[in-house]
Amino acid sequence: MSEVLVLIDHVEGAVRKPTYELLTIAKRLGEPSAVFIGPADQAAEATEKVKKYGAEKVYVVDDAPLKGYLVAPKAEALQQLAEKASPSVILIPSTAEGKEIAGRLAIKLESGLITDAVDVQPSDGGAPVTTQSVFAGSYTVTAKVTKGTPIITVKPNSAAPEESAGAGAVEEFSPTISDAAKTAQIVASQPRKATGRPELTEAAIVVSGGRGTGGDFEPIENLADALGAAVGASRAAVDSGWMPHSFQVGQTGKTVSPQLYVANGISGAIQHRAGMQTSKTIVAVNKDEEAPIFELVDFGVVGDLHKVLPTATEEINKRKG
Amino acid sequence: MNIVVCVKYVPDATADRQFESDNTVDRVGVDGLLSELDEYAVEQALQLKEKAEGDDVTVTALCVGPEKAVDAVRKALQMGADKAVHVTDEAIAGSDYVATSLVLAKAVEKVGAEALSDSGGVDLVVCGMASTDASGSVVPAMLAERLGLPQVTLASVIETQGDQVRIKRDGDTATEVIGATMPLVLSVTDQSGEARYPSFKGIMAAKKKPLETWSLGDIGVEADQVGLSVAWTEVEETTARPPRTAGEIVTDEDGSGATALTEFLAAKKFI
Repeated sequence: MSEVLVLIDHVEGAVRKPTYELLTIAKRLGEPSAVFIGPADQAAEATEKVKKYGAEKVYVVDDAPLKGYLVAPKAEALQQLAEKASPSVILIPSTAEGKEIAGRLAIKLESGLITDAVDVQPSDGGAPVTTQSVFAGSYTVTAKVTKGTPIITVKPNSAAPEESAGAGAVEEFSPTISDAAKTAQIVASQPRKATGRPELTEAAIVVSGGRGTGGDFEPIENLADALGAAVGASRAAVDSGWMPHSFQVGQTGKTVSPQLYVANGISGAIQHRAGMQTSKTIVAVNKDEEAPIFELVDFGVVGDLHKVLPTATEEINKRKG
Repeated sequence: MNIVVCVKYVPDATADRQFESDNTVDRVGVDGLLSELDEYAVEQALQLKEKAEGDDVTVTALCVGPEKAVDAVRKALQMGADKAVHVTDEAIAGSDYVATSLVLAKAVEKVGAEALSDSGGVDLVVCGMASTDASGSVVPAMLAERLGLPQVTLASVIETQGDQVRIKRDGDTATEVIGATMPLVLSVTDQSGEARYPSFKGIMAAKKKPLETWSLGDIGVEADQVGLSVAWTEVEETTARPPRTAGEIVTDEDGSGATALTEFLAAKKFI
């Protein structure tokens, strides 16, 4: 069976959940080979994790010669690895950086690129069939790559990670990085502060606040904590300076597709819908009964979030005992 | 200094966007406009021009698309770009990321070659963070790859000093400061600063600004390198998502909303 390369998404060796989803997808398509690009001394920790999700091989690329430069060196490393391993498919997490790596890789490998897949399935003897959700979630598109090695970026929550023991055979790979790839320098890097809550794009439940919060996110955060949810915000709330941009759900922020999305004081403009419309269950609390968000909901409360949320939070905490 | 701003003509997101029978995006039957996210790119290019004051800066708006797509560069001219190039050719229809980035790269090279005599090529290619239709966010990186230029992308803050560029990039897990030397490809986010509206004066002035139309032949791209038939990806099917069935809406009266909400969440086993 041919190899399917999966680029590991990790922070300082800590593997992020979408990697397991990609490995689960890779197993459907062939033999999963995980690619770790990072400090050599963090590779062992990552290897232990990915072999539990079916990685037969783990290519370790020591990032010492790549570090400090944006995107381009990683694309070069993957190109050289792909030329050596001749994988049948390359899966990359649909993060901002992942997509940029994928774009450059597509040109280097003269291969077709599909971004933001929400599902990838094998097809008889051909390239895998991807599903994408487009136009703010109003259309579903199935597609496949017709040239070269299919390069597919996959969104978080696209598969339920399935544990499956893989051999996890480590193979070190040392790419040759050109000077041309070292032209955009990372001068400084400030890791995002941990919130203690689930990662927004990975969370099963997201509780969001918008203009209607008036800048007070306490009721949102309290409800989120009662439900074990991540906190999100609309563009209006971010533009008002109430929440950092990393919390923004929408076209120019994060796209989320949780089991439950609770929109509070959010009108439901297209910019926001684009980021949450594919959520399984949608709930909204809004003072304005005409708010377009109510067109999307499974359950809606017309009312003041500052009254509804604290009471609901109290009741939820009581039920949880 | 020469700045090229890449702008895309997209179907209006507030209209009912749809696909053609060949599964390409309907770019003619639905009202289109300059992609909102590219307005931020135009804005940043104009701010760089204004900051340069005495220095000679030319901002060229570049758009690839069907006949109607000229509206996108017109808007950029109204906002304050100096000139515009519209690359249009029937063969381009249905192009994927790979082909689109090829056409853009060749057009940028041509703008650079024409400017070469007076100022030494293109110094800066500015893009938006993503288009509002495909929202792939990959073309700026692909352009940098094709042009062999540094990629300085997803900037929320842009600072320049001479030919040095520094940006703040809000990455997935960290906020980074990226530095590079021009020429380079820059992409900017919607956090980079509100885009200006065209003034009446700007709208009038735009009518007199140079607007060139180039075909594939003009930029040295063969028709069989682009378009739907040679795309490296193929759409099999496009399906409109069924409308969400109307949910239950209750009006809160003295705490009834909170109770109903809690009961709904419990019934769905979220508690």
